[in-house]
Amino acid sequence: MLKLLSASISGLLFGTGMIVSNMIDPAKVIGFLNITGQWDPSLAFVILGALVVFAPCYHLMIKKRTHALNGDKMNWSTNTAVDRKLVLGATLFGMGWGLVGLCPGPALTSIGSGSLYLLCFIISMSIGMLLVEKVFKKLTINVKNQIMGR
Amino acid sequence: MENFTPWSSLAGGALLGCSAVILLLFSGKVAGISGIFSGLLQPHKKDFLWRLLFIGGMVISFFILSPTLPSSSLITPSIVLYTIAGLLVGIGTKLGNGCTSGHGIIGIARLSKRSIFATCIFISSAIIVVLFR
Repeated sequence: MLKLLSASISGLLFGTGMIVSNMIDPAKVIGFLNITGQWDPSLAFVILGALVVFAPCYHLMIKKRTHALNGDKMNWSTNTAVDRKLVLGATLFGMGWGLVGLCPGPALTSIGSGSLYLLCFIISMSIGMLLVEKVFKKLTINVKNQIMGR
Repeated sequence: MENFTPWSSLAGGALLGCSAVILLLFSGKVAGISGIFSGLLQPHKKDFLWRLLFIGGMVISFFILSPTLPSSSLITPSIVLYTIAGLLVGIGTKLGNGCTSGHGIIGIARLSKRSIFATCIFISSAIIVVLFR
C-alpha cells in the first residue's frame, strides 16, 4: 500500500517538475544542446536543482538503509562496470534525444496533449525497448545452451 | 542567453529531486523513467501496479497543470524523424540501463562512475546531433 501511494505521489511530483521547469518543451532542451547558437543553460539548472535535493537526502538518510520504509529491499543497481553496452546505449540514446529534443520523462508527461508526434515517439520507443529485451534474452539463452552443451 | 530560466528550472529540478527521494525512501525503487516505463511493457504481477501509478501520476500532472502551460513547440514537423528518434531512445536506454533521470540525476548523486560516464556520453552525442541537424 505504501509502495503504491508513494509511487502515485512521486509520479505526480515528477510530472509537475517536468512541467514547472518546462523541460516538456523540446525547444528548451535543444536550446541547451545547441552550444554554438543561443545557448540556454536551463537544463543544467534542472539537474542541479534535483541534485541539491536528492544528493544530501540520499547520502544522509537513504544510503545506509538496506530496506525501504515499506519493508522492501533497496532496489538500486550495484553494477559499476563501464562496458561497451553502456557506451553504445548512451550514444544511441543521445542521438535520439538530440534529434527531436525528447527523452522518456517529458514525452510521457506530455502525452496528454494528444500529439500524434509524441504518440509515434512513445510507440517506437516501446518497440526499441522490447527489441533489445528480445535480442538479449536470445543471446543469453544461446550462451547458456553452449555452456550446458559442453 | 535570453531564454535562460534559472529559477523555474531550479524549482522544477527540486521537485524531481523530491519525487526521487519519496520513491526510494518509501518503496526502495529508483525513479528512472526509462526503467519504470520499460517494466510496464513486460508486466510481472507484483511489479506492474506501482509502475502504472507512477507513469499515471506523470500523465495526470499534465492535465492538472495544462491550463497554465505555455504552448510547446515541435522541433520538426516530420513524423518519420520522431519515429526514428523514439527507436533510438528505446534501444539506447535499454542497452545503457537508463536515461536522463536514472543516470543524470540519481546515478550522479550516488557518484556512480557508470552513470557519470553515461551522462557525459549521451549529452555529447546529443550535442553532436544538434550541431549537424
